[in-house]
Amino acid sequence: MEKFEKLQGIAAPMPLVNIDTDMIIPKVFLKSIQRTGFGVNLFDEMRYNRDGSEIDDFVLNKPQYRDAEILVAGDNFGCGSSREHAPWAIADFGIKCVISTSFADIFFNNCFKNGILPIVLPQEQVDVLMADAEKGANARMTIDLEAQEITTSDGQVITFDVDAFKKHCLLEGLDDIGLTMEKVGSIDTFEEQAAQARPWV
Amino acid sequence: MSPKTLYDKIWDAHLAHEAEDGTSLLYIDRHLVHEVTSPQAFEGLRMTGRKVRAPEKTIAVPDHNVPTTQGREDPNQMTEESRIQVQALDKNAKEFGVHYYPVSDIRQGIVHIVGPEQGWTLPGMTVVCGDSHTATHGAFGALAHGIGTSEVEHVLATQTLIQKKSKNMKVEITGKLMPGVTAKDITLAVIGETGTGGGTGYVIEYCGEAIRDLSMEGRMTVCNMAIEGGARAGLIAPDQTTYDYVNGRPHAPKGAQWEAALDWWKTLFTDEGAHFDKVVTLKGEDIQPVVTWGTSPEDVLPITGVVPSPEDFEGGKVEAARRSLDYMGLTPGQKLTDIEIDTVFIGSCTNGRIEDFRAVAEVVKGKKIKDGMRAMIVPGSGLVRLQAEEEGLAEIFKEAGFEWRLAGCSMCLAMNPDQLSEGERCAATSNRNFEGRQGYKGRTHLVSPAMAAAAALTGRLTDVRELV
Repeated sequence: MEKFEKLQGIAAPMPLVNIDTDMIIPKVFLKSIQRTGFGVNLFDEMRYNRDGSEIDDFVLNKPQYRDAEILVAGDNFGCGSSREHAPWAIADFGIKCVISTSFADIFFNNCFKNGILPIVLPQEQVDVLMADAEKGANARMTIDLEAQEITTSDGQVITFDVDAFKKHCLLEGLDDIGLTMEKVGSIDTFEEQAAQARPWV
Repeated sequence: MSPKTLYDKIWDAHLAHEAEDGTSLLYIDRHLVHEVTSPQAFEGLRMTGRKVRAPEKTIAVPDHNVPTTQGREDPNQMTEESRIQVQALDKNAKEFGVHYYPVSDIRQGIVHIVGPEQGWTLPGMTVVCGDSHTATHGAFGALAHGIGTSEVEHVLATQTLIQKKSKNMKVEITGKLMPGVTAKDITLAVIGETGTGGGTGYVIEYCGEAIRDLSMEGRMTVCNMAIEGGARAGLIAPDQTTYDYVNGRPHAPKGAQWEAALDWWKTLFTDEGAHFDKVVTLKGEDIQPVVTWGTSPEDVLPITGVVPSPEDFEGGKVEAARRSLDYMGLTPGQKLTDIEIDTVFIGSCTNGRIEDFRAVAEVVKGKKIKDGMRAMIVPGSGLVRLQAEEEGLAEIFKEAGFEWRLAGCSMCLAMNPDQLSEGERCAATSNRNFEGRQGYKGRTHLVSPAMAAAAALTGRLTDVRELV
């Protein structure tokens, strides 16, 4: 996985609440057996007309947000299905950080597996960042994961929390499976004990 | 020892490793796999030369893409992309040696219906699947939740999942349900109360008399939609109803092992005085047959209500409600029972079990669906289909004018040919009313099977209590 270090980029505002995984990547695009190539269909039904032409007033179609790398979103972002195609599409588009007051649990976990940093902040701070994002391409935010700081375009600094283990994995670009394999002894021992205690499983 | 919740007990029994910061390796007893979220995971194993650690605990079945019409063994009935996904699962199941129920197998069906039906799901287990509705299995007192594809690969390779423990939430439904009110109404009413983010960060334990009174089918319906409330999982403590359902299923323990299992299962309940971080209580008598009006499962109202106005809400929900009403083509103040529908979908992992179909038959027996109505009933598994035929339910449906389909996810998420067209309006027994969920610009109202049946007869959203 690619390392996440310091990111300076354009933030796009999406204040709508409850943006679900069907909005992020509609199911007609789940039929690929690859992990890549979903970016072009990110937010497909909000982004394109039925004939494939772009919907002009959708945020990521506006000239100033076409290269956005950060998304500032409404409450409960990523609710719905477990499809990892949602973070795959977000990453494939080029977005590396999503900021909201809350995320759905599975989506939140899926982000970290794909080098995307989801940041949870209180409403007032999301409001500040949303206003900053609405300034357009001239407003570039900086996300410093190591320092756990967001710097707005006018220099305001907002700190955020992140799970220490998940932060470590993102910073180092670590593969979860490789890390777990290092604990295979614990898994073997557990499996033997469980087979004794609950042989019917 | 301090008192524990049911969730605490299952968690502790599956902890293979715990780091100082609480990051844990949770051992997984059952891994269910379907064709949409697994191909990239199997490919990952292949690329790294890894094996499936416990193929005997891994169960695969195609369900999302499969057509539900006769003659579907013919691969030409699927689009090329669907066919590639299903064929990839065929190949992966064989190559990695996991249990498999192909499309041609009578036991094939929706993964969350097949697992319990075959006795794979047992009390006290940890169950995961690359599908958010894995929460269904919590009805057995199993800790069950959805995972992403990277986690599918992780479980295939290590039989564990990296987790941090969630908080405990209790949802108690006291007293009895009124006639015409079902498990679906309970679970929707709870989401209406808590919101779709209300359970985020929690594992819910459902309890109370109204939950105890439910059959296993009803309990699965309740737990299925824990995820729509944002919770990682929903749980119901096992009891005699659970044991009776499990006993004798193909993969349930037998003989001395059954007795040993039963001894342990009987310890799986929340201790007196155990701590819950959040408690929600609803009175069973207060719950009415409900419908959704918007494009989020939290947009729930009793069928006797009227379409709300965006001004009835606060904050970001005002704009979301405005967008929902526009998408759904509804006007504030309109009576819910005046909303005309043209499509009825009965099925899904929420409501595709035998009890659901009995409820439908009770409403439609000897009657005809409204002229021009497209109404389909899709069993959750081949065995549910067979049982419904043996009980004479299928004949009742066909005589009433329903299409009687083969098993699969079907129009719940419309990855197969069963889809809504633009502007079509559907009363559905499934679990999500998101924009585009059942087809591009399709409009979905979530209801119970009995309410869907009533709507099929009248051609509008209908209070089933007026028909029976």
